[in-house]
Amino acid sequence: MTAEINNLPDADIEFRDVSKRFGDVIAVDNVSLLIKRGEFFSFLGPSGCGKTTSLRLIAGFEQPTTGGVQIGGTSVIGVPPHKRPVNMVFQHYALFPHMTVAENIGFGLRQRKPKPSRSDMDKQVDESLEMVRMSGYGNRRIWEMSGGQQQRVALARALINRPTVLLLDEPLAALDRKLRRDMQIELQTLQREVGITFILVTHDQEEALSMSDQICIMREGRVEQLGSPRELYDLPVNRYVADFVGKTNFIAGTVSQVSGGTITLETEKGMSFSGRHSPETKMLSPGDNACVAIRPELMLIGSDSESAADMNTDIALSGQIKNQIFLGEHTEYLVATDIIGDVLVLSPKYIESRHKGFGPGDRVSVGWKNEIALVLEDS
Amino acid sequence: MTMRLYTFAVYLFLYVPIGIIVLFSFNSGRHASDFQGLSVKWYGKALSNPFMMDALTTSLIIAFSAALLSSIMGTMAALALQRIRGPLKPLFDGMIYVSIMIPGIVIGIATLVALVTVFDFLNPILASVWPEGANPPKLSLGYMSVIAAHTLFTMSLVILLVRARIAGMDRSLIEAAQDLYATPWQTFRLITLPQIFPAILAGFLLSFTFSFDDFIISFFVAGTNSTLPIYVFSSIRRGITPEVNAIGTMVLAVSLILLVTAQILLRKNTGKSSAAAE
Ligand SMILES: Nc1ncnc2c1ncn2[C@@H]1O[C@H](COP(=O)(O)OP(=O)(O)OP(=O)(O)O)[C@@H](O)[C@H]1O
Ligand SMILES: [Mg+2]
Repeated sequence: MTAEINNLPDADIEFRDVSKRFGDVIAVDNVSLLIKRGEFFSFLGPSGCGKTTSLRLIAGFEQPTTGGVQIGGTSVIGVPPHKRPVNMVFQHYALFPHMTVAENIGFGLRQRKPKPSRSDMDKQVDESLEMVRMSGYGNRRIWEMSGGQQQRVALARALINRPTVLLLDEPLAALDRKLRRDMQIELQTLQREVGITFILVTHDQEEALSMSDQICIMREGRVEQLGSPRELYDLPVNRYVADFVGKTNFIAGTVSQVSGGTITLETEKGMSFSGRHSPETKMLSPGDNACVAIRPELMLIGSDSESAADMNTDIALSGQIKNQIFLGEHTEYLVATDIIGDVLVLSPKYIESRHKGFGPGDRVSVGWKNEIALVLEDS
Repeated sequence: MTMRLYTFAVYLFLYVPIGIIVLFSFNSGRHASDFQGLSVKWYGKALSNPFMMDALTTSLIIAFSAALLSSIMGTMAALALQRIRGPLKPLFDGMIYVSIMIPGIVIGIATLVALVTVFDFLNPILASVWPEGANPPKLSLGYMSVIAAHTLFTMSLVILLVRARIAGMDRSLIEAAQDLYATPWQTFRLITLPQIFPAILAGFLLSFTFSFDDFIISFFVAGTNSTLPIYVFSSIRRGITPEVNAIGTMVLAVSLILLVTAQILLRKNTGKSSAAAE
């Protein structure tokens, strides 16, 4: 199954206007996208946005209602799952309970035609066990394995077949936080080692940001934005994406002025705020609803007496600290401002040393420069 | 307190007669009414009685065949029924439950009437198409009709058990097998079958017990053949002997063992780690 794949074009997976309906529900709505060979690609979005369905369309468990799916440049419409050169790691692993660890891992090889020799299969199974650092566990039973070990067995069972694409449906969701971090690193390392395309489904934005080359943010079956983690973080197309990727402060209002790359908004209370127009967003014109988005780490916190000029910012708002969370290298403040409500400020240690530290109840100023504020579509 | 006494009385009422049969099967005396001492001689008597052994053999053959047929056909039916969607589904489901609750006597009469009608219709046809001179076969009640009736009766049990198991099965196991290049047939053989096998086996054992213990249906359709329950019934008309007690005790023991085994298999079913059936 691998031989014919090595000289394929760049695109491993391609969706062309793919829609999938279940009765009245549109799980995937007119999606077109391209996943390159060797990429670590993630589908990210809230529950029910169509991530799993997208993955199942690639695996062949679902057929699109309309549109085309290609794997390695060939249409796979109508091709059943057992004839597709992709393998999946299921959310709850779906390991076969009546088989040993080694039998589970060797399952795919045993279905090959021609069937590899016994010794060849054993050798490959051993290598796979070693790859996921589970040597010596071959004869164990599935239920004797811990969650993390089952996860590794599921990975080995898929990877032993050297698929062109590995599909992972929230593979880490069932693991505890610590194990999850470890497995994220392992997955990334593994992906670089084997060099095949990984497609991950997750609703954990941190996971997607830290692991992926490309992320596809989905919303109600549609692609909201597709890009690298940095693009999504720095240049989100709209409020939804900005809100989903990282933390953001939003100030909603109506566009009052557009000049060059700078857009000015007027809030309901008649305050004006400006920011850069995000190049990914559609052009905004006066009268449109929009919002100014400011990342908490780009805000500055100072004592009540400091003005915008003192802090070297364009804006300074006074407020009161509602809550403070010490995070080691950062301190997170929730400040109730007098004008725009609660804002989140993430203050790094070197800035913290500028003042003697604040606590809940203290009056403070928060400020930012207009150039770091983004004006986004308010949707 | 009264509730407890009441429960106690019910259990007493249920189990004392059975206890007495078991006890008196070990009676060394001849009369069922006074206990004279422990002995297994009636077991020896029973096992060397040719009529009883004949009836036992008949019962075993019938029970085995009926159980085998109903577990195969019941499993196939369960697999097919599981694919039914839409408005017909409740109808099929309902029909299975109803067929379990139909009284044995109705099944007995219905099967008898159906079989006799079919035989009466087929026998002249067979006789007419059979070559001159050769003896045409004559369909009549016997082994086969009891097997058929028992298979019908017990099949819904198997369907219920297997369906429950399929419903409890992790659907992603099947998808995982397909994902790992297994064809639909291989998926069935390597994944589905091992997963549902405990339920099939339990269905087999329950069917076996039902068929082995059945009196009513057999009585209607057995023709001149005698199954063990029919033999016991006809022999107690000559008075209850310790020999009958011994037969009863043996049947009880076998039935209990089969039922407990089936229960254990079904218990295993629901456990996540069913390792049975390899
Ligand atoms: N087999 C199905 N039959 C009917 N509706 C379905 C089916 N599969 C998915 N859906 C619906 O399609 C939509 C998208 O489902 P999907 O499983 O792709 O979401 P998801 O993004 O993976 O969500 P989650 O994060 O909760 O897993 C949901 O509204 C879901 O109810
Ligand atoms: Mg999902």
